[in-house]
Amino acid sequence: MDTAFAPDDIAFRDEVVAFFDSAYDEDIESRLASPDPDIFKPAIVEWQKRLNERGWIAPGWPQEFGGTGWDAAKDFIFESERSKRGIRDVIPFGLKMVGPVIYTFGTDEQKERFLPKILASDEWWCQGYSEPGAGSDLASLKTRAVRDGDDYIINGAKIWTSYAQFSDWIFCLVRTSTEGKKQAGISFLLIDMKTPGIKVNPIVSIDAHHSLNEVEFNDVRVPVENMIGEENKGWTYAKALLAHERTSIAGVADSKRGVDLIKKFASEEVNGGSRLIDDPLFQKRLSDLEVELMALEFTELRVLASVASGGAPGAESSLLKIKGTEIQQAVQELTMEVAGYFQGVLPGAPAPDVLGHEFATGAFTSYMYGRAATIYGGSNEVQRNIIAKAVLGL
Amino acid sequence: MNFEFTEEQVMLRDSVARYVQDDYDWETRVAIANSEAGLDRAKWQTFAELGWLSIPFAEDHGGFGGSALDVMVVMEELGKGLVLEPYLATVLLYGGLLQKGASPELQTAHIPSIIDGSSLGAFAYLERQSRYEISDVLTTAKANADGFAINGEKVVVFNGASADQLIVSARTSCEQSDENGISLFLVAADAEGVESVSYRMMDGQVVANIVFNNVQVPAANLVGELDGGHSLINEVVRDANLALAAEALGIMQQLNAKTVEYTQTREQFGVAIGKFQALQHRMVDTFISYEQTKSLLYRAVCALTDDSEDEDQAIHALRVMVDKAGKHIFGEAIQLHGGMGITDELDIGHYAKRLMMINTTFGNGDYHQAKFNALRYN
Repeated sequence: MDTAFAPDDIAFRDEVVAFFDSAYDEDIESRLASPDPDIFKPAIVEWQKRLNERGWIAPGWPQEFGGTGWDAAKDFIFESERSKRGIRDVIPFGLKMVGPVIYTFGTDEQKERFLPKILASDEWWCQGYSEPGAGSDLASLKTRAVRDGDDYIINGAKIWTSYAQFSDWIFCLVRTSTEGKKQAGISFLLIDMKTPGIKVNPIVSIDAHHSLNEVEFNDVRVPVENMIGEENKGWTYAKALLAHERTSIAGVADSKRGVDLIKKFASEEVNGGSRLIDDPLFQKRLSDLEVELMALEFTELRVLASVASGGAPGAESSLLKIKGTEIQQAVQELTMEVAGYFQGVLPGAPAPDVLGHEFATGAFTSYMYGRAATIYGGSNEVQRNIIAKAVLGL
Repeated sequence: MNFEFTEEQVMLRDSVARYVQDDYDWETRVAIANSEAGLDRAKWQTFAELGWLSIPFAEDHGGFGGSALDVMVVMEELGKGLVLEPYLATVLLYGGLLQKGASPELQTAHIPSIIDGSSLGAFAYLERQSRYEISDVLTTAKANADGFAINGEKVVVFNGASADQLIVSARTSCEQSDENGISLFLVAADAEGVESVSYRMMDGQVVANIVFNNVQVPAANLVGELDGGHSLINEVVRDANLALAAEALGIMQQLNAKTVEYTQTREQFGVAIGKFQALQHRMVDTFISYEQTKSLLYRAVCALTDDSEDEDQAIHALRVMVDKAGKHIFGEAIQLHGGMGITDELDIGHYAKRLMMINTTFGNGDYHQAKFNALRYN
């Protein structure tokens, strides 16, 4: 057992460092941090295109479809170097969610049509899973797809759809049968967002931003060739995708970056004549958090190593999701505590030199939206059910 | 031993509760939170007519002569409705400082206009660097022939944008963090040299950063003793801590009730999610957190009313509990509401944000825990 990097890993790290140093400049950094969608959207597309030109846009994909073919050590190095610089992760819906479903279960035509545009960030995707009446009980979803000649006709509504307002395509779970087990009547469809009958209703979230939406479908016609795999087998494909999503949901590298920022801010913040970071109560809270994070980092490496040696990400990914999101929230909460009474300042407040504080508004946005992490991707309660059943055999 | 409210207190509680229910429904509250001032002067006038603004003031000034317990009763009900009007800033802080420290002349000149609702006030005590230490004051007041000249900046002044009158803490002697050498001054918000920038906080209230450029005040505007402002502030903040905890308790009660109700109506897997034992136990735990907070609130109000020796410990213990129980309760409320819990539309997130703001006002949980430890173990 050892965790030392091989010489070629070290050479790889140098390559990664050199790339980030040149490609991630101050201009792109400031545009990516903008809350204004007119600035943010083109910036993230531009950044993802730079990654794609370097061939590093899709670390998890097999090489034949445009992936990197990295092993767990190289994935780890890339993620660490990315997060160390505070570089945000790619938008996951195409690259980390529907992409893997298409290359695993899609037809050759579907692979050819969709994968290159996902890699090039030329098409935005969103995810149509949850419905107003189907959250944790996802399999009870009711959006109907009824066959009519060479089309399906879709009626229903999806909710919590991130970035639907930007999206060109949505991947949806739809009901194609009401017979048998509810999981057995679900199909996986790719739907062009420009199709007549689709309406996007914005939802403002607790952080006072609009990224979430409700998407309504009224007699929306979708060609049958947009179905992934077989009719009524969509649940199987979705489950594979969810396990994929949960593995990356741990967010260890970003939490480590968050802890580094807490240390920096708490060293600058003075509390009753001494630095906040020297306060024993604060140290206790910070170290409680770091101990959990150190453990999670190795839990994730153990899971990745077992996946690399042939295991499929199964119930272990639920563990990563639970602990990872709890730690993310703890990091966000402690950052808010460091901000003191400025933590309540809303985005759009006066500039830092007038306000008297540097990072409070960013802390607010991350903290508030971060409450969603234990709810999305399968709530943490559902993850606990999965572990109880699949791991403990209860 | 008696934990019952008096008949008068029950009437007061019911009057506030009825008002919140009938005249301060959620739509009304949202409209006020989105308005430029973040408060409604007409509603404030009604508070005056109902007598709520007179509660802590002495009868000589037209007040009700009420106790900390009377204030607690009002604040708990205001909390349930997330009422935005500046009861804390105007009545308890600005009014409290006047009542406990100002000269009879200043009291006669200013307390009646608080009670009749015509004047709003604010207490400007926080500075950029001060974090939760009220004694960390860099703003100065220098004596001159006409009184004092004030220079410096205060930040996150609650009700700072709407206040007609300010009380400002300023250093008249000693060094930056000394408890001695702090004095308080009454300053008209429109006085020459007062400049403010306002902004909105997550709980909907509008606050201000206020710069004082050579603001001249007469010596008669000194509130409390010269260099002795700190103990006056402590006395007023002690009462304010109790009031904030009462407000927090009202919020916790609402969050728990709304969550229990939601889990009885939201169905997943063919049943109301409130039927799941795993969720039931979590709601039992938030109920226990609420009850524990209520107990420390009652303990603190008794200590304050009896002028007990350990009143400071009781207040710090209460604020530690409000921080801990508040996070527990709003965290579970959001989580058990699922996606709905993270929308701006639902009230749950707004109750959570007010609890978060309360937990930064006059110190977070760690701040009070350190004070508690120092009093109890040193």
